[in-house]
Amino acid sequence: MADKPRVATVSLCGCFGCHMSLLDIDERILQLVDLVTFDRTPLTDIKTLGDCDLGLIEGGVANAENVEVLREFRRRCKTLVAVGACAVNGGIPAMRNQFGLAECLRESYCDGIGVHNPGIPSDPEIPLLLNQVHPIHEVVAIDYFLPGCPPSADAIWTFLTAFLEGRPIAFPYLQIHFD
Amino acid sequence: MSKTFKLDGREIPFETGQTIMDAALAAGVYIPHLCHNPEFAPHGSCRVCLVDIGGRQVSACTAAASEGMEVDSCSESIQETRRAILQMLFVEGNHVCPACEKSGACQLQAVAYYTGMLAPHFTHFFPRRPVDASHSDVIIDFNRCILCELCVRASRDHDGKRVFAISGRGLDSHLVIDSPSGLLGDSSFAAGDKAAHVCPTGAILPKGRGYETPIGERLYDREPISIVGDVRAHEEEVV
Repeated sequence: MADKPRVATVSLCGCFGCHMSLLDIDERILQLVDLVTFDRTPLTDIKTLGDCDLGLIEGGVANAENVEVLREFRRRCKTLVAVGACAVNGGIPAMRNQFGLAECLRESYCDGIGVHNPGIPSDPEIPLLLNQVHPIHEVVAIDYFLPGCPPSADAIWTFLTAFLEGRPIAFPYLQIHFD
Repeated sequence: MSKTFKLDGREIPFETGQTIMDAALAAGVYIPHLCHNPEFAPHGSCRVCLVDIGGRQVSACTAAASEGMEVDSCSESIQETRRAILQMLFVEGNHVCPACEKSGACQLQAVAYYTGMLAPHFTHFFPRRPVDASHSDVIIDFNRCILCELCVRASRDHDGKRVFAISGRGLDSHLVIDSPSGLLGDSSFAAGDKAAHVCPTGAILPKGRGYETPIGERLYDREPISIVGDVRAHEEEVV
Protein backbone atom coordinates (compact mmCIF):
# COMPACT_ATOMS: atom_id res chain seq x y z
CA MET A 1 0.00 0.00 0.00
CA ALA A 2 1.30 3.41 -0.98
CA ASP A 3 1.97 5.86 1.81
CA LYS A 4 -1.00 8.03 2.62
CA PRO A 5 -0.68 11.79 2.00
CA ARG A 6 0.70 13.61 5.04
CA VAL A 7 -1.25 16.58 6.33
CA ALA A 8 -0.10 19.23 8.80
CA THR A 9 -2.15 22.06 10.29
CA VAL A 10 -1.37 25.06 12.44
CA SER A 11 -3.08 28.08 13.94
CA LEU A 12 -1.02 31.27 13.68
CA CYS A 13 -2.80 34.48 14.69
CA GLY A 14 -6.23 32.87 14.71
CA CYS A 15 -8.75 31.78 17.32
CA PHE A 16 -8.71 28.02 16.56
CA GLY A 17 -12.22 28.45 15.16
CA CYS A 18 -11.09 27.05 11.81
CA HIS A 19 -9.68 23.98 13.56
CA MET A 20 -13.00 23.61 15.39
CA SER A 21 -14.72 23.83 12.02
CA LEU A 22 -12.44 21.06 10.70
CA LEU A 23 -13.53 18.92 13.64
CA ASP A 24 -17.11 19.83 12.75
CA ILE A 25 -16.89 17.35 9.83
CA ASP A 26 -18.07 14.98 12.59
CA GLU A 27 -17.98 11.26 11.72
CA ARG A 28 -16.32 12.05 8.39
CA ILE A 29 -13.12 12.41 10.44
CA LEU A 30 -13.03 8.58 10.46
CA GLN A 31 -12.92 8.66 6.65
CA LEU A 32 -10.28 11.36 6.82
CA VAL A 33 -7.91 9.35 9.04
CA ASP A 34 -8.22 6.51 6.51
CA LEU A 35 -7.27 8.90 3.71
CA VAL A 36 -4.38 10.82 5.32
CA THR A 37 -1.70 10.68 7.98
CA PHE A 38 -1.57 13.68 10.30
CA ASP A 39 1.82 15.24 10.88
CA ARG A 40 2.28 18.33 13.05
CA THR A 41 -1.14 19.57 14.10
CA PRO A 42 -2.89 20.56 17.35
CA LEU A 43 -5.05 17.45 16.76
CA THR A 44 -2.09 15.06 17.25
CA ASP A 45 -0.06 17.37 19.47
CA ILE A 46 3.01 16.53 17.36
CA LYS A 47 5.29 19.56 17.73
CA THR A 48 7.78 19.04 14.91
CA LEU A 49 7.03 19.33 11.23
CA GLY A 50 8.03 16.65 8.71
CA ASP A 51 7.74 16.68 4.92
CA CYS A 52 4.05 16.94 4.08
CA ASP A 53 1.80 16.89 1.06
CA LEU A 54 -0.67 19.37 2.44
CA GLY A 55 -0.43 22.17 5.00
CA LEU A 56 -3.53 23.94 6.31
CA ILE A 57 -2.81 27.35 7.81
CA GLU A 58 -5.28 29.07 10.08
CA GLY A 59 -4.68 32.66 11.18
CA GLY A 60 -2.69 35.60 9.92
CA VAL A 61 0.86 36.64 10.68
CA ALA A 62 1.13 38.84 13.77
CA ASN A 63 4.47 38.04 15.42
CA ALA A 64 7.98 36.78 14.74
CA GLU A 65 7.08 33.19 15.63
CA ASN A 66 4.17 33.22 13.13
CA VAL A 67 6.64 34.21 10.38
CA GLU A 68 9.07 31.43 11.32
CA VAL A 69 6.37 28.73 11.54
CA LEU A 70 4.73 29.84 8.28
CA ARG A 71 8.06 29.77 6.43
CA GLU A 72 8.78 26.30 7.79
CA PHE A 73 5.36 25.10 6.61
CA ARG A 74 6.10 26.53 3.16
CA ARG A 75 9.44 24.69 3.05
CA ARG A 76 7.95 21.38 4.22
CA CYS A 77 4.54 21.30 2.51
CA LYS A 78 4.06 20.68 -1.19
CA THR A 79 0.69 22.43 -1.09
CA LEU A 80 -0.19 25.22 1.31
CA VAL A 81 -3.75 26.39 1.97
CA ALA A 82 -4.94 29.60 3.64
CA VAL A 83 -7.89 28.48 5.75
CA GLY A 84 -10.26 31.14 7.02
CA ALA A 85 -10.59 34.92 7.02
CA CYS A 86 -7.49 35.65 9.15
CA ALA A 87 -5.17 33.64 6.91
CA VAL A 88 -6.84 35.03 3.79
CA ASN A 89 -6.91 38.76 4.67
CA GLY A 90 -5.74 39.21 8.26
CA GLY A 91 -9.29 39.08 9.62
CA ILE A 92 -10.29 40.49 12.99
CA PRO A 93 -6.71 40.65 14.41
CA ALA A 94 -5.75 42.91 11.48
CA MET A 95 -8.16 45.52 12.83
CA ARG A 96 -5.26 46.50 15.11
CA ASN A 97 -3.53 47.82 11.97
CA GLN A 98 -5.68 50.92 12.45
CA PHE A 99 -3.49 51.79 15.42
CA GLY A 100 0.22 51.94 16.18
CA LEU A 101 1.72 48.91 17.94
CA ALA A 102 2.82 50.98 20.95
CA GLU A 103 -0.71 52.41 21.15
CA CYS A 104 -2.20 48.88 21.18
CA LEU A 105 0.24 47.64 23.85
CA ARG A 106 -0.33 50.67 26.06
CA GLU A 107 -4.10 50.26 25.80
CA SER A 108 -3.93 46.52 26.60
CA TYR A 109 -1.28 46.48 29.31
CA CYS A 110 -1.03 49.99 30.78
CA ASP A 111 -3.92 52.39 30.30
CA GLY A 112 -6.86 50.04 29.63
CA ILE A 113 -9.81 49.70 31.97
CA GLY A 114 -9.27 47.11 34.71
CA VAL A 115 -5.51 46.68 34.18
CA HIS A 116 -3.62 45.56 37.30
CA ASN A 117 0.16 45.73 37.58
CA PRO A 118 0.49 47.81 34.41
CA GLY A 119 3.55 47.17 32.24
CA ILE A 120 4.19 45.85 28.74
CA PRO A 121 5.33 42.18 28.95
CA SER A 122 8.94 41.75 27.89
CA ASP A 123 9.71 38.09 28.69
CA PRO A 124 12.18 36.86 26.03
CA GLU A 125 9.99 33.76 25.54
CA ILE A 126 7.14 35.88 24.24
CA PRO A 127 7.47 36.32 20.46
CA LEU A 128 7.84 39.94 19.37
CA LEU A 129 4.78 41.43 17.74
CA LEU A 130 5.01 42.76 14.18
CA ASN A 131 3.95 46.35 13.55
CA GLN A 132 0.97 45.07 11.55
CA VAL A 133 -0.97 41.82 11.12
CA HIS A 134 -0.62 40.40 7.61
CA PRO A 135 -2.49 37.81 5.53
CA ILE A 136 -0.24 34.81 4.94
CA HIS A 137 0.00 35.33 1.15
CA GLU A 138 1.97 38.51 1.90
CA VAL A 139 4.71 36.37 3.51
CA VAL A 140 4.87 33.11 1.51
CA ALA A 141 3.32 31.77 -1.71
CA ILE A 142 -0.08 30.17 -1.11
CA ASP A 143 -1.67 27.54 -3.35
CA TYR A 144 -5.33 27.62 -2.30
CA PHE A 145 -7.59 29.96 -0.36
CA LEU A 146 -10.57 28.88 1.67
CA PRO A 147 -12.46 31.96 2.93
CA GLY A 148 -14.92 32.10 5.83
CA CYS A 149 -14.97 32.92 9.53
CA PRO A 150 -14.70 30.02 9.81
CA PRO A 151 -15.08 28.14 6.52
CA SER A 152 -17.88 25.65 7.13
CA ALA A 153 -17.06 22.00 7.80
CA ASP A 154 -18.72 21.22 4.46
CA ALA A 155 -16.46 23.70 2.65
CA ILE A 156 -13.37 22.17 4.29
CA TRP A 157 -14.63 18.68 3.38
CA THR A 158 -15.30 19.74 -0.22
CA PHE A 159 -11.74 21.03 -0.44
CA LEU A 160 -10.11 18.02 1.23
CA THR A 161 -11.96 15.36 -0.76
CA ALA A 162 -11.47 17.10 -4.11
CA PHE A 163 -7.79 17.75 -3.36
CA LEU A 164 -7.07 14.22 -2.16
CA GLU A 165 -8.85 12.67 -5.15
CA GLY A 166 -7.08 15.02 -7.56
CA ARG A 167 -10.34 16.50 -8.78
CA PRO A 168 -10.79 20.18 -9.70
CA ILE A 169 -11.80 22.13 -6.59
CA ALA A 170 -15.19 23.81 -6.94
CA PHE A 171 -17.53 24.95 -4.19
CA PRO A 172 -21.33 25.17 -4.23
CA TYR A 173 -22.64 28.73 -3.65
CA LEU A 174 -23.68 28.03 -0.05
CA GLN A 175 -20.15 26.99 0.96
CA ILE A 176 -18.39 30.24 0.12
CA HIS A 177 -18.83 33.20 2.45
CA PHE A 178 -16.41 35.81 3.79
CA ASP A 179 -17.92 35.85 7.28
CA MET B 1 -39.08 45.50 -35.52
CA SER B 2 -37.00 46.42 -32.50
CA LYS B 3 -33.23 46.51 -32.67
CA THR B 4 -31.18 43.83 -30.95
CA PHE B 5 -27.62 43.00 -29.97
CA LYS B 6 -26.10 39.75 -28.74
CA LEU B 7 -25.12 39.32 -25.09
CA ASP B 8 -23.29 36.02 -24.56
CA GLY B 9 -25.08 34.67 -27.63
CA ARG B 10 -28.51 35.76 -26.45
CA GLU B 11 -30.55 38.30 -28.45
CA ILE B 12 -31.26 41.39 -26.32
CA PRO B 13 -33.75 43.98 -27.62
CA PHE B 14 -32.98 47.66 -27.04
CA GLU B 15 -34.16 51.14 -27.85
CA THR B 16 -31.96 53.92 -29.15
CA GLY B 17 -30.23 55.68 -26.28
CA GLN B 18 -30.18 52.64 -23.99
CA THR B 19 -26.88 51.42 -22.61
CA ILE B 20 -25.89 47.76 -22.68
CA MET B 21 -26.67 47.67 -18.92
CA ASP B 22 -30.15 49.25 -19.40
CA ALA B 23 -31.06 46.72 -22.07
CA ALA B 24 -29.66 43.77 -20.10
CA LEU B 25 -31.52 44.78 -16.93
CA ALA B 26 -34.74 45.22 -18.92
CA ALA B 27 -34.27 41.74 -20.42
CA GLY B 28 -33.57 40.27 -16.97
CA VAL B 29 -29.95 39.40 -17.74
CA TYR B 30 -27.48 40.07 -14.92
CA ILE B 31 -24.25 41.97 -15.53
CA PRO B 32 -22.40 42.43 -12.21
CA HIS B 33 -22.12 46.05 -11.09
CA LEU B 34 -21.54 48.17 -7.99
CA CYS B 35 -21.69 51.89 -8.90
CA HIS B 36 -24.66 51.44 -11.21
CA ASN B 37 -28.19 52.15 -10.04
CA PRO B 38 -30.82 52.71 -12.74
CA GLU B 39 -32.35 55.55 -10.72
CA PHE B 40 -29.24 57.69 -11.24
CA ALA B 41 -27.04 58.81 -14.10
CA PRO B 42 -24.45 56.13 -14.95
CA HIS B 43 -21.06 56.74 -13.38
CA GLY B 44 -18.83 54.09 -14.95
CA SER B 45 -16.32 54.21 -12.11
CA CYS B 46 -16.29 50.82 -10.41
CA ARG B 47 -15.48 48.98 -13.69
CA VAL B 48 -17.07 45.79 -12.43
CA CYS B 49 -19.62 45.76 -15.29
CA LEU B 50 -16.78 45.46 -17.78
CA VAL B 51 -17.80 43.59 -20.96
CA ASP B 52 -15.91 42.76 -24.14
CA ILE B 53 -17.03 44.03 -27.54
CA GLY B 54 -14.81 42.77 -30.34
CA GLY B 55 -11.68 42.68 -28.17
CA ARG B 56 -12.35 46.07 -26.59
CA GLN B 57 -13.36 46.23 -22.94
CA VAL B 58 -15.97 48.82 -21.99
CA SER B 59 -18.22 49.41 -19.00
CA ALA B 60 -21.71 48.15 -19.81
CA CYS B 61 -23.35 50.93 -17.76
CA THR B 62 -21.94 53.70 -19.97
CA ALA B 63 -21.58 52.04 -23.40
CA ALA B 64 -24.52 52.60 -25.75
CA ALA B 65 -26.14 49.49 -27.18
CA SER B 66 -25.96 49.29 -30.96
CA GLU B 67 -27.51 47.10 -33.60
CA GLY B 68 -25.84 43.72 -34.11
CA MET B 69 -23.00 44.20 -31.61
CA GLU B 70 -21.68 41.04 -29.95
CA VAL B 71 -21.08 41.48 -26.24
CA ASP B 72 -19.18 39.02 -24.07
CA SER B 73 -20.02 39.29 -20.36
CA CYS B 74 -19.31 35.83 -19.00
CA SER B 75 -16.07 34.50 -20.51
CA GLU B 76 -13.38 33.45 -18.05
CA SER B 77 -11.13 36.33 -19.11
CA ILE B 78 -13.85 38.91 -18.35
CA GLN B 79 -14.58 37.26 -14.99
CA GLU B 80 -10.86 37.23 -14.25
CA THR B 81 -10.59 40.97 -14.93
CA ARG B 82 -13.63 41.59 -12.72
CA ARG B 83 -12.07 39.54 -9.94
CA ALA B 84 -8.88 41.62 -10.16
CA ILE B 85 -10.92 44.85 -9.97
CA LEU B 86 -12.78 43.53 -6.92
CA GLN B 87 -9.55 42.38 -5.29
CA MET B 88 -8.17 45.90 -5.69
CA LEU B 89 -11.32 47.33 -4.09
CA PHE B 90 -10.95 44.91 -1.18
CA VAL B 91 -7.27 45.66 -0.44
CA GLU B 92 -7.71 49.42 -0.88
CA GLY B 93 -10.14 49.68 2.04
CA ASN B 94 -10.65 47.72 5.26
CA HIS B 95 -13.36 45.21 4.48
CA VAL B 96 -13.55 43.03 7.60
CA CYS B 97 -16.59 40.94 6.69
CA PRO B 98 -16.78 38.99 10.00
CA ALA B 99 -17.07 42.32 11.87
CA CYS B 100 -19.47 44.09 9.50
CA GLU B 101 -23.22 44.47 10.04
CA LYS B 102 -23.77 44.54 6.29
CA SER B 103 -22.16 41.14 5.75
CA GLY B 104 -24.51 38.74 3.98
CA ALA B 105 -26.45 41.62 2.46
CA CYS B 106 -23.48 43.47 0.97
CA GLN B 107 -23.28 44.02 -2.74
CA LEU B 108 -19.47 44.17 -2.81
CA GLN B 109 -19.35 40.77 -1.10
CA ALA B 110 -22.13 39.33 -3.29
CA VAL B 111 -20.45 40.42 -6.52
CA ALA B 112 -17.18 38.92 -5.23
CA TYR B 113 -19.02 35.61 -4.66
CA TYR B 114 -20.58 35.84 -8.13
CA THR B 115 -17.22 36.26 -9.84
CA GLY B 116 -15.63 33.46 -7.79
CA MET B 117 -13.21 35.65 -5.84
CA LEU B 118 -11.80 33.60 -2.96
CA ALA B 119 -8.97 35.83 -1.75
CA PRO B 120 -7.68 39.40 -2.12
CA HIS B 121 -4.49 38.33 -3.96
CA PHE B 122 -2.85 41.76 -3.71
CA THR B 123 -1.01 43.33 -0.76
CA HIS B 124 -3.38 45.04 1.66
CA PHE B 125 -3.09 48.80 2.10
CA PHE B 126 -4.64 48.72 5.60
CA PRO B 127 -5.42 52.45 5.31
CA ARG B 128 -6.25 54.32 8.49
CA ARG B 129 -9.71 55.76 8.03
CA PRO B 130 -12.14 57.18 10.59
CA VAL B 131 -15.65 56.10 11.54
CA ASP B 132 -18.18 58.94 11.80
CA ALA B 133 -20.85 58.12 14.38
CA SER B 134 -21.84 61.74 14.98
CA HIS B 135 -25.29 61.44 13.38
CA SER B 136 -28.13 60.26 15.62
CA ASP B 137 -29.58 57.76 13.12
CA VAL B 138 -26.87 56.82 10.64
CA ILE B 139 -23.22 55.79 10.90
CA ILE B 140 -20.54 56.24 8.23
CA ASP B 141 -17.62 53.85 8.22
CA PHE B 142 -15.13 55.22 5.70
CA ASN B 143 -13.18 51.94 5.85
CA ARG B 144 -15.86 50.37 3.67
CA CYS B 145 -16.31 53.18 1.13
CA ILE B 146 -15.53 52.17 -2.47
CA LEU B 147 -16.05 55.66 -3.93
CA CYS B 148 -18.98 54.58 -6.12
CA GLU B 149 -20.52 58.03 -5.60
CA LEU B 150 -24.04 56.63 -5.25
CA CYS B 151 -24.59 58.66 -2.05
CA VAL B 152 -23.12 61.70 -3.83
CA ARG B 153 -25.55 61.28 -6.72
CA ALA B 154 -28.54 60.44 -4.52
CA SER B 155 -27.99 63.44 -2.23
CA ARG B 156 -27.46 65.80 -5.15
CA ASP B 157 -29.96 64.53 -7.70
CA HIS B 158 -32.74 63.15 -5.50
CA ASP B 159 -32.51 64.78 -2.06
CA GLY B 160 -31.35 68.15 -3.43
CA LYS B 161 -28.86 68.50 -0.58
CA ARG B 162 -25.33 67.82 -1.86
CA VAL B 163 -24.28 66.38 1.50
CA PHE B 164 -21.52 64.24 -0.05
CA ALA B 165 -18.65 64.79 -2.47
CA ILE B 166 -15.40 63.09 -3.40
CA SER B 167 -12.30 65.08 -2.50
CA GLY B 168 -8.64 64.49 -3.34
CA ARG B 169 -7.04 62.79 -6.33
CA GLY B 170 -5.95 59.25 -7.13
CA LEU B 171 -5.14 57.25 -4.03
CA ASP B 172 -6.06 60.24 -1.88
CA SER B 173 -9.65 60.28 -3.17
CA HIS B 174 -12.07 60.12 -0.29
CA LEU B 175 -15.65 60.86 0.61
CA VAL B 176 -16.23 64.21 2.31
CA ILE B 177 -19.32 65.63 4.02
CA ASP B 178 -20.69 69.14 3.60
CA SER B 179 -20.88 70.49 7.14
CA PRO B 180 -18.83 73.04 9.11
CA SER B 181 -17.11 70.27 11.12
CA GLY B 182 -17.02 67.75 8.29
CA LEU B 183 -19.12 65.44 10.47
CA LEU B 184 -22.36 63.87 9.32
CA GLY B 185 -24.16 64.90 12.51
CA ASP B 186 -23.60 68.57 11.67
CA SER B 187 -24.88 68.23 8.09
CA SER B 188 -28.43 68.41 6.74
CA PHE B 189 -28.40 64.62 6.17
CA ALA B 190 -31.47 62.70 7.43
CA ALA B 191 -32.13 58.97 7.80
CA GLY B 192 -35.04 59.27 5.36
CA ASP B 193 -32.79 60.65 2.61
CA LYS B 194 -32.38 58.59 -0.53
CA ALA B 195 -28.63 58.86 0.06
CA ALA B 196 -29.03 56.79 3.23
CA HIS B 197 -30.37 53.86 1.20
CA VAL B 198 -28.12 53.46 -1.84
CA CYS B 199 -24.75 52.37 -0.40
CA PRO B 200 -23.74 49.01 -1.94
CA THR B 201 -21.41 48.26 1.01
CA GLY B 202 -21.61 48.77 4.78
CA ALA B 203 -20.19 52.32 4.59
CA ILE B 204 -23.53 54.03 5.31
CA LEU B 205 -25.63 52.12 7.84
CA PRO B 206 -28.70 52.88 9.95
CA LYS B 207 -27.96 52.81 13.69
CA GLY B 208 -29.63 50.45 16.14
CA ARG B 209 -30.44 47.73 13.63
CA GLY B 210 -27.24 45.72 13.47
CA TYR B 211 -27.44 41.97 12.93
CA GLU B 212 -31.25 42.06 12.81
CA THR B 213 -31.41 39.28 10.23
CA PRO B 214 -30.05 35.92 11.39
CA ILE B 215 -27.19 34.30 9.47
CA GLY B 216 -28.71 32.00 6.88
CA GLU B 217 -31.60 34.37 6.15
CA ARG B 218 -29.66 37.39 4.90
CA LEU B 219 -30.09 38.73 1.38
CA TYR B 220 -27.34 36.75 -0.32
CA ASP B 221 -27.09 33.79 2.08
CA ARG B 222 -29.04 31.36 -0.06
CA GLU B 223 -28.96 32.61 -3.63
CA PRO B 224 -26.45 34.62 -5.67
CA ILE B 225 -26.90 38.27 -6.58
CA SER B 226 -27.64 37.30 -10.20
CA ILE B 227 -30.93 35.88 -8.90
CA VAL B 228 -31.58 38.05 -5.83
CA GLY B 229 -30.73 41.41 -7.43
CA ASP B 230 -29.20 44.57 -5.95
CA VAL B 231 -29.29 45.63 -2.31
CA ARG B 232 -31.18 48.75 -3.41
CA ALA B 233 -34.18 46.68 -4.57
CA HIS B 234 -34.51 45.28 -1.05
CA GLU B 235 -33.96 48.46 0.98
CA GLU B 236 -36.71 49.17 3.43
CA GLU B 237 -37.55 52.82 3.82
CA VAL B 238 -36.69 54.03 7.31
CA VAL B 239 -39.75 55.74 8.75
